[in-house]
Amino acid sequence: MKKPVTADRPRALAAPLALLRRDMKLAMRRLGESLLPLFFLFTVIVLIPLGVGPGPDLLARMAPGMVWVAALLASLLALEHLFRPDLDDATLEQWFVGSESAYGRVLARLFSHWLITGLPVIIFSPLAAEMLNLPREALGTLVLSLVIGTPALSLLGGLAAALTLSTRGASVLLSILIFPLIVPLVIFATGAVAMAADGMNPGAHLGFLATFTILAATLAPFGITTALRMNVE
Amino acid sequence: MTDLLRASAVGFERYGEQVFEPLDIQLSPGMAVVLTGRNGAGKTTLLRLLAGILTPSCGTLEIDAAVAFVGHLPAVKGDLTCRENLQYEQSLGPACQPVAEALARVGLAGLGIRPARALSAGQKKRLGLARLLVRFTPVWLLDEPYASLDDHGCATVDRLISAQLDHGGAVILATHQRQPRIAPERIWQVIVSASGETTE
Repeated sequence: MKKPVTADRPRALAAPLALLRRDMKLAMRRLGESLLPLFFLFTVIVLIPLGVGPGPDLLARMAPGMVWVAALLASLLALEHLFRPDLDDATLEQWFVGSESAYGRVLARLFSHWLITGLPVIIFSPLAAEMLNLPREALGTLVLSLVIGTPALSLLGGLAAALTLSTRGASVLLSILIFPLIVPLVIFATGAVAMAADGMNPGAHLGFLATFTILAATLAPFGITTALRMNVE
Repeated sequence: MTDLLRASAVGFERYGEQVFEPLDIQLSPGMAVVLTGRNGAGKTTLLRLLAGILTPSCGTLEIDAAVAFVGHLPAVKGDLTCRENLQYEQSLGPACQPVAEALARVGLAGLGIRPARALSAGQKKRLGLARLLVRFTPVWLLDEPYASLDDHGCATVDRLISAQLDHGGAVILATHQRQPRIAPERIWQVIVSASGETTE
């Protein structure tokens, strides 16, 4: 009789952790693709000043918006590949084999999306802020707004990607779907940084941002799991 | 002996139509169910139903064991090597055979560090079958396991199925070209037929 060899690790965590490890391995193997978010950030930071003129006051006012737009584009760009390769090579189907829910794997996949698109932007945002002459006192708020807000980008983007998975020409539809959902995110995030730059307390804006992210984290994974199941059927 | 899987009058509707005539399946350890039927009769749909990917629209389905499903595609990542693909599969647990041993048993010994994308169609199929060996799952659901394999590969599939049955597992496979060459008393034939005339 073949016997299971491993000790009883909490089974519910085994599949999501395995998926996360594999996703990271795949990201390392396609390093060029994975570095695209950073490339985006610095393209925006370098090119926009050339277009609008390099007045330090002007750039400082625009800095939070530019960093956030870069984060947004980086996140959007990777959405097309969030679930589609898995649908094409039938590994997505395997998420639903057996009695275990795919919910944990959905969370793991969203987390790896955030690690690739959100985290690099957060890490390099101080450098970008410095290049744009953002007031020092607003720097902390910018980083904080990214930490709070970028997970919501992955969550909402994941929902749009899952819903449009089996649609032809999905990328257009995807952008249209996700656009209204992320408007409040950008408003509150850049609002918070502007408040901090003017020496006011950005707490209320950051609070709204956090509310938004928590709401997305609560609801989106269920929606994504259901949408994916419908797409593999 | 308790059944691993019980399906009674199980069926699936697509666009409001039954895909195949609802049927009953009982699977006990050491038994192989062979699904036959014309192209488009619903064999794949039935297997996906039993795997849990689809939800039955009628009848009851009880599964008391972990299942593994190998479809037309091997469900591996082309950018990862054979070994990495199997390591991922193994970490889904419960682990069974070591990766190197699984590769050797399906005839891919020595190809562990080759990216899965660089394998031939037959070799990919073998890698898909190796996924079954690194985890312990009592029920195997195989969709056309003999497709794109040479004679030697087909014999390998027969050996893997026999071993699975010997170890108290069970197999359900869909095939239309070759019958598994295993002890005939262990095989139970089920004919899947597409639903007849469309009702209103």
